Amino acid sequence: METVDSLDAPRLLPLGDAAWTVEFGARIDPALHGRVLGLLAAVERVRREEAFAGIVDLVPTFRSLTVCYDPRRCDGERLGESLLSLARTAGAVRRDGRRWRLPVCFDDDFAPDLDDLAQTRGLTREAVIERLLGTTFRVYMIGFMPGFPYMGGLPEALEMPRLKSPRKSVPARSLAVAGAMCAVYPWESPGGWRLLGRTPVPLFSVRDEDSPSLLSSGDQVNWRAVGRDEFTELEAAGQAGRLPRDSLLAEGNER
Amino acid sequence: MNGLVEVTDPGLGNSIQDLGRVGYRHMGIAVSGCLDPLLARCANALAGNPAELARQCACIEARAAGPALTVRQGRVRAALAGNVSATLLRAGGGERDVPPWQSVSLDPGDELRVGFAAGGAAYVAVSGGFATPLQLSSRSTYRRAEIGEPIAFGMQIPCAALPHKGAYEFSADPWRHDEGPVRVMLGPQDDHFKPEAIADLLGGEYTATAQSDRMGMRLEGPALAHRTPALADIVSDGTTLGAIQVPGNGQPIILLADCQTAGGYPKIATVISADLPRLAQTRPGQAIRFRAVDAKEARQALRALETRWAWWAYGIVHGLPGAEVNKDWRAGWPLYQNGWCQDE
Repeated sequence: METVDSLDAPRLLPLGDAAWTVEFGARIDPALHGRVLGLLAAVERVRREEAFAGIVDLVPTFRSLTVCYDPRRCDGERLGESLLSLARTAGAVRRDGRRWRLPVCFDDDFAPDLDDLAQTRGLTREAVIERLLGTTFRVYMIGFMPGFPYMGGLPEALEMPRLKSPRKSVPARSLAVAGAMCAVYPWESPGGWRLLGRTPVPLFSVRDEDSPSLLSSGDQVNWRAVGRDEFTELEAAGQAGRLPRDSLLAEGNER
Repeated sequence: MNGLVEVTDPGLGNSIQDLGRVGYRHMGIAVSGCLDPLLARCANALAGNPAELARQCACIEARAAGPALTVRQGRVRAALAGNVSATLLRAGGGERDVPPWQSVSLDPGDELRVGFAAGGAAYVAVSGGFATPLQLSSRSTYRRAEIGEPIAFGMQIPCAALPHKGAYEFSADPWRHDEGPVRVMLGPQDDHFKPEAIADLLGGEYTATAQSDRMGMRLEGPALAHRTPALADIVSDGTTLGAIQVPGNGQPIILLADCQTAGGYPKIATVISADLPRLAQTRPGQAIRFRAVDAKEARQALRALETRWAWWAYGIVHGLPGAEVNKDWRAGWPLYQNGWCQDE
């Protein structure tokens, strides 16, 4: 669906003297995100050119691309102008990254908010699980903490605001929802999202130097339910570094 | 390398830091690195690490009770920068104070006990830098993602050994940060705030609170009002070091080296690169004022700072203060060129 925002001209916002944010709009919207990924691809293509040489980090979000640069190595104002003209012409891309089929266990102790969400939304526990498993989630961005995926696509029937009072400690690898978003906490941390399950899969590992984060912007995720035994087995394998990432990809994935 | 130091007391709040980890922010990985990269550079230069290496060699950043380090192998030159001093215990007996801004050479068995970092972040450098393993192309510690080993009892860290036998020290005047208001560039979400909020930020006085760590510094002062309550939240977008985010309560938080890569609070302004190191020297209770500058002034400020640092480094002398010195400081640098900190 074309939206007003997605037709708007991109805005160049200064984030100090070492970063620009190129903003396409203010909402969570696949069309906006397509333009973010379009600009990302365009900048990656020209990154070797002199005008872009000072770039040190490219951070795509729902609705904007933040470009961090070394102000000692490049002229920030010229870089900003170049980014803005790229943003006007880059167009949108739909980057279908990898497709994952990740295990999740819905046992009571892993899913403290599952019954509450079911009750509030007038569904059975089974119906909530069924809808989660029937959804293909799309990774918009990685942020908040290393490897934390912000995923969109949650069915409206499962939407619920954050907890009024966040938990002091959310267990690592909890599957959680808030508003129209779904995520997994890679680490134990405070958090206000509703916990509906837990995955045995590590979302972040420095053992993988090239790509410590399992998921990246543009990836798609489907969940498959596993029982406690399989969860325990996969968890042990994951922690020992014996869970190959390829084994978690959906069948028929282009590689 | 063939120098080796052992941590004989980890102290409190110390971490290994270099210039940070760039190129990983899209995975949610903070940049980290020294809160005050200028002081770290000073410490490295005084330890004899030449200009290019002085930027890369990892230091120990001390923010409270400093560590104790004992040399296990080789002759190692160490130096402190910042508001901190140390006690040197010689293996053969005898002790003396080691002030900052001058180097000291340690032989196997000698222990350097670093005191309390009273004025903000302080740095301990050694010849060749603390050569802990690189993780994601940096030695910086980022505990949130369990990147980098925490400094612990018995930890052994390679560094460079000095080939020469005689004491060969460097000293310099203390580095002084710029004073006056902290310079910011408005944005990216200054349009989410009432005009009075911008005036308050630039005209008011803020106090650094004790609720500060390597992720951010919470300030207290005139509340900065968003134009509407709804504008106190944004759909998360990119953040960076120095960004001043303002949650619904109107009290600003300045993001620092370990800050999250994206966030949902609007950012009224961002501290310019030249003034970021100064924030590391701000203690709880200290007052902060802000002044808005444009891109041109930010660029000039950074250039002026680099020039000033180059002059400071040019003022490093051979020998300790008061000794007869050889003004040509560069002559001492190739002395241990066989011992550079090498990346595998």
